[in-house]
Amino acid sequence: MSSLDPIDRRIVEATQAGLPFEARPYHAVAEKIGIEADELMARLRRMLEKGVIRRIGAVPNHYALGWTANGMSVWDVEDDALPALGPEVGGLPFVSHCYRRPRKPPLWPYNLFAMVHGRQADEVTAKVEQIARLLGPASRRHDVLTSTRILKKTGLRL
Amino acid sequence: MTTLPDTARSLIDGFQRDFPLSPRPYAVIAARLGIDEETVLSILRQLEASGVLSRVGAVVEPHRAGSSTLAAMSVPPYALSQIADFVSGFAEVNHNYEREHRLNLWFVVHAPNGARVRQVLREIEYRTGVPVVDLPLEEAFRLDLGFPVQWH
Repeated sequence: MSSLDPIDRRIVEATQAGLPFEARPYHAVAEKIGIEADELMARLRRMLEKGVIRRIGAVPNHYALGWTANGMSVWDVEDDALPALGPEVGGLPFVSHCYRRPRKPPLWPYNLFAMVHGRQADEVTAKVEQIARLLGPASRRHDVLTSTRILKKTGLRL
Repeated sequence: MTTLPDTARSLIDGFQRDFPLSPRPYAVIAARLGIDEETVLSILRQLEASGVLSRVGAVVEPHRAGSSTLAAMSVPPYALSQIADFVSGFAEVNHNYEREHRLNLWFVVHAPNGARVRQVLREIEYRTGVPVVDLPLEEAFRLDLGFPVQWH
């Protein structure tokens, strides 16, 4: 479902790459796209309201800030318990993303993903244990997948 | 990396969301922090140059701006680099990670529509001979809305 018109797409591409650090950044972007700054801001506001854009703001590089450890924790949670427990896990302050995804047995038995961040590996381990306590027996098993290499990381192409 | 001055920290922590949508957003921020616009701009430039700040910009919700999925493959170690490069070669692949698991290659595919996402997955399977496990988002309990850096 892509409700973005070509101008919205250009705006998203231009603004997710970063706003320029000059006094009137929206004017600069608008000029590049060939629209008025007022229209640009109105469209951004609309996309925020529709949820196409989650947020506009500073995007820190957590890795450069010392948050070098992260683990994708994955959980096999009883389906009946997930609607209540999922939001609780998602609400933990050290969880940045938390999603339900399908199991693909036998290779992939997990239905809950929670991305955990820390400064050291043992911090991630401690936080994963905290999630385990929260889920209790509703989680039948879990694993933590640490990333060994970032092979590609870019913004979205629309 | 915890030696940033307080102003820099406030800029990173305080403006991960709700960056002002007004003609001079940095002046609005400056007024809130009690400093001037040029100081805000110069701190942001420094933070970006030092790599601490990736950017100030929009974070897109992939499922509302097209279609996307998380996919994983179990790639034999000797073929990992080659297959990883092939996967990264698709413009539709915007994240690609090696992870410690039997499923050792994890990537996100994003395209304007679901048909193209599936086409990319099929092409990767066909060209590599390795099955692709498709794990689309079913429900979000938390989206990336920025999170506090927690400086110490």
